[in-house]
Amino acid sequence: MTLSEVRDRLEYQSLLLGTVVLVTCAVLAFAYQLTREPIRKALENDLLKNFSQVLPPTLHDNNLLDSQHHIQAPWGEITWYQATMEDEVTAVVLPLTAAGYAGDIEMLMSIREDGRIAGVRVLIHKETPGLGDKIEISRSPWITGFNGKSLSKPGPAGWAVKKDGGVFDQFTGATITPRAVVGSIKGALEFFEAHKATFLQPAPTTGGHADD
Amino acid sequence: MTDYKRLAKDGLWTNNMVFAQLLALCPVMAVTGTATNGLGMGLATLFVLVFSNLIVSLIRRFVSQAVRIPVYIVIIATLVTLTDMLINAYAYELYKVLGLFIALIVVNCAILGRAEAFASKNTLWDTLIDSLMMGIGLTLALVIIGAFREILGSGTLFANADLLLGSRFGFLEVTLIPDYKGFLVLLLPPGGFIAVGFLLVLKRWIDQRLSKDHTLPRESAGCTVESHG
Repeated sequence: MTLSEVRDRLEYQSLLLGTVVLVTCAVLAFAYQLTREPIRKALENDLLKNFSQVLPPTLHDNNLLDSQHHIQAPWGEITWYQATMEDEVTAVVLPLTAAGYAGDIEMLMSIREDGRIAGVRVLIHKETPGLGDKIEISRSPWITGFNGKSLSKPGPAGWAVKKDGGVFDQFTGATITPRAVVGSIKGALEFFEAHKATFLQPAPTTGGHADD
Repeated sequence: MTDYKRLAKDGLWTNNMVFAQLLALCPVMAVTGTATNGLGMGLATLFVLVFSNLIVSLIRRFVSQAVRIPVYIVIIATLVTLTDMLINAYAYELYKVLGLFIALIVVNCAILGRAEAFASKNTLWDTLIDSLMMGIGLTLALVIIGAFREILGSGTLFANADLLLGSRFGFLEVTLIPDYKGFLVLLLPPGGFIAVGFLLVLKRWIDQRLSKDHTLPRESAGCTVESHG
């Protein structure tokens, strides 16, 4: 029998398809093993880089990844991180989500133990380029205006964009985006205030989840 | 030798994936906000195209007519997943930009089209030349569209090239128009259609000027793929 005759038989075709799938699966499994560690490292580095943007290095001497905790926040289940300096809790880092003009705005912020903001950065957003995207640090320093602010400074009425009588700038042509960001940061501060005991409780020395 | 010349001319110009076959429009519109993104997507597609076509050509005698499409798709999907994993692991910054669109390479019907129309009927060597030329043609098209949109849309060229090519290539980044206020629509998806439209007109115009009798060159639009003997 020649190859072309065998090729048209049903058994041959099933076998061929099975072999191809088996081989490709094996290749993928191998590649997965090979890239798993680098991918985990890359994600971790990315996270650490984000941490360093919101949290000054003078505020912590621990590895934040070793002190992660989970809590149910009004904007969803979040993973937050405790920063310590010589085993004293100095700040917490937590992700927050705001409902922007074109979808969710994912942010990362750190709050000092006294309730002042140490830093906020927008990580992911779909706001309009040229208008709402000024919330990105690469487009505008606007987001740094939150540094040092707390619930008592500027006070409840001040936590709004200027158009609404607050102290924070809005952008020309885009009010919804900064309003959403200001509102959700205020919400995060209130959440921190309400759960201060949990957030500032010194963690046992072997805290966190080390598994992958 | 003339055969390779023809393959090269086909891939780069006459039968260019984007500007002649009008294939791969999904990634074209999605990622070409900057020339760098276009280059990244082009190279990723080139990689998948060349290797999937080589494999298809290698096993062409063992694949029967009836199951060829699933076999090709499995091979292409595997290579795309590999590319996805590798970029995620070793070029994470780039992955953050292209990540969502890498998976789209699977549904780029130009790759399956090439496997079906060329690789499954030709030798390994011819397939290598053909897929290289087709891939380079696609990459060039993506870079040109990306550059067009980036220059007019944000006044820069090859922004963030260092993320893709390493910091040595940082010099590629140029701000062509300082203090440019930006031309938003070109950066948004409609800008992709507008840019491709203008560039298509340009290509047709050049073709028309080049052909001596001033008749329009033969068309091959839509998802039909020319077969090569």
